[in-house]
Amino acid sequence: MSQEELKVPTMAEMMAQGQQPEVLFWVGCSGSFDDRAKKITKAFVRILNRANVSFAVLGTEEGCTGDPAKRAGNEFLFQMQAMMNIQVLDGYEVKKIVTACPHCFNTIKNEYPGLGGKYEVVHHTQFLKSLLDEGRLTIEGGQFKGKKITFHDPCYLGRANNVYEAPRDLIEKLDAELIEMKRSRRNGLCCGAGGAQMFKEPEPGRKDVNVERTEEALETQPEIIAAGCPFCNTMLTDGVKAKNREADVKVLDVAELIANAQDL
Amino acid sequence: MQKEVQGYYIFMSYIDNILFVLLLAAGFGYFAVNVKKLVRNIKLGRDADRKDNPSERWSNMAMIALGQSKMVRRPVAGILHIIVYVGFVIINIELLEIIIDGIFGTHRLFSFMGGFYGFLIGFFEVLAFAVIVSVVIFWLRRNVVKLWRFAHGDLKGWPHNDANYILYFETVLMILFLTMNAADYYLQGVGAEHYTQAGAFPVSGFISPVFEGMATDTVILIERAAWWLHIIGILIFMNYLYFSKHLHILLAFPNTYYANLKPKGQFENLESVTNEVKLMMDPNADPFAAAPAPAEGEVPAKFGASDVQDLNWVQLMNAYTCTECGRCTASCPANLTGKKLSPRKIMMDTRDRLEEVGRNIDKNKGTFVEDGKTLLFDYITPEEIWACTTCNGCVEACPVNIDPLSIIMDLRKFLVMEQSAAPTELNGMMANIENNSAPWQYNQMDRLNWKEEA
Repeated sequence: MSQEELKVPTMAEMMAQGQQPEVLFWVGCSGSFDDRAKKITKAFVRILNRANVSFAVLGTEEGCTGDPAKRAGNEFLFQMQAMMNIQVLDGYEVKKIVTACPHCFNTIKNEYPGLGGKYEVVHHTQFLKSLLDEGRLTIEGGQFKGKKITFHDPCYLGRANNVYEAPRDLIEKLDAELIEMKRSRRNGLCCGAGGAQMFKEPEPGRKDVNVERTEEALETQPEIIAAGCPFCNTMLTDGVKAKNREADVKVLDVAELIANAQDL
Repeated sequence: MQKEVQGYYIFMSYIDNILFVLLLAAGFGYFAVNVKKLVRNIKLGRDADRKDNPSERWSNMAMIALGQSKMVRRPVAGILHIIVYVGFVIINIELLEIIIDGIFGTHRLFSFMGGFYGFLIGFFEVLAFAVIVSVVIFWLRRNVVKLWRFAHGDLKGWPHNDANYILYFETVLMILFLTMNAADYYLQGVGAEHYTQAGAFPVSGFISPVFEGMATDTVILIERAAWWLHIIGILIFMNYLYFSKHLHILLAFPNTYYANLKPKGQFENLESVTNEVKLMMDPNADPFAAAPAPAEGEVPAKFGASDVQDLNWVQLMNAYTCTECGRCTASCPANLTGKKLSPRKIMMDTRDRLEEVGRNIDKNKGTFVEDGKTLLFDYITPEEIWACTTCNGCVEACPVNIDPLSIIMDLRKFLVMEQSAAPTELNGMMANIENNSAPWQYNQMDRLNWKEEA
């Protein structure tokens, strides 16, 4: 992996120079603070840098979208967060947002407009797909050529917003062998993190949801389990560890696959 | 005297018709009473605006309810269901003739259509046979194979029996229909009076030989008995709907029409909260201003739902529409891993509680009298609703677009916003968001630190 310095301008810096980026990269709490998710953030930034995309982040002006609060039933806290974020986004006259977190994606795309925040919002897999289609990014298989990869549909990308193909198109561009799990696309099984479950212990049951999903992923005999959500990534990584398979099965975000394939 | 006797005979010759009309009136009358009750109960729910985009709504209804597009996602159940569904809809065309015959004392009134009539009756018979076969397979799946969804704890007791009663009813109705035709066919053959040559009998033709050697009068009696029992059976079945999960045959249509059209991930923003938040963030708002006085008799809006009256009418209609197939529960990550949550049970509980509230209103002359119970706690426990991952698996799986997730979310809102009763860890998460704008305890000022980390 190259040690090339990441170019991550903030909206404030851009504005000071009188510039408006093409797109705002919404990093999200997980992408900002979680050690595993930070790697996804950096992989995505490397791709953006390589493709010379003019982007910026909010940096310290970004705050939680309110998604976990809303799913936990705290509408008040959600709307407080939403209104604060909308004020910041509107202050910078943001038009287009890309994010690597399907929860942020869903919330800003679907729940902010009713509170006055109207933006074009895309998931990073959709954005990378559009860079590819426009010829601004080329993808080569590299180390993933011929590797068996299974893709886990994040609920808030798939069922919630009907985005199923963008991540798959990208994986196929790696010349990898994409294998579907028994339950995929609209029938995909949740990783167990959604609805604020990420932040609490599960209710008593026979098994943890992430273990159930990981077992299903492992049935496809994959070398890599691909994810498109930092929370799914954590859940599946834990699942792989629970099954003692971390030596031969990796859990990687689609952005990491692409960045690693180009040795970025 | 002479006249009276004559009148008596005229009356007696119409006794069948009179009985039939009375029976029909009673059947439809009682049904109307229950439909009225059903509509009243659904209207106990809050308003929900589902009038937008009628073209998409009609198309959803045509595809999903009429066209069964989501049923066939499970091909075996889907195809068997289409046979039973098409069978019942088409065979009910025959019901029109039966009703007219019954009122006017005619016999096979539509037989003037000749060959086409033969085709119709023949087609009905084949369908009736296919329905019996499908229903037998359904029964085996439920009682012998014991598919996971049907052996599930949700269905213990009445729901399990209800499902079987429906299957028995359908079988008996189809057998009566075929027996009626078989006897008719036999009577046509022996040239019995009134039994004009009409129809084609590809299935009952195999049954009619059992009548060989019986007295014509006996066969007429069998034919009449089957005819009467068939129509009586249909009227009873129609009136059974309200008390059964079988109500879906009617409600699937409005239910798919009024279903949510927005992206499944878009949860409703509470308007009452928006107003408060806007006021809080408005620099010109007077922080010492008294809240506007509530209008006379106005009850302050409750956040979320603790009982059925707090849900909206679409959610209540959802509950009556549910036919307990369990596709939702079979796709629920929580239930599959042994948690108590079952989206099917959420719908069944909502309907049961709504029925209880409805009975309470009936008993108390049109007003609901507090009974010390609520949907949340007495029917659905917090443990169930906290197990939900909001993955929308249940919503996607439902063949008639029922939305159990919206009910779960409304119950959560009540627990958190009215009772501050979130699980401890979630309270921690929310406190973090309030304090440092992230669900974990990290300083907002550190949000861009990743940039500098190798």
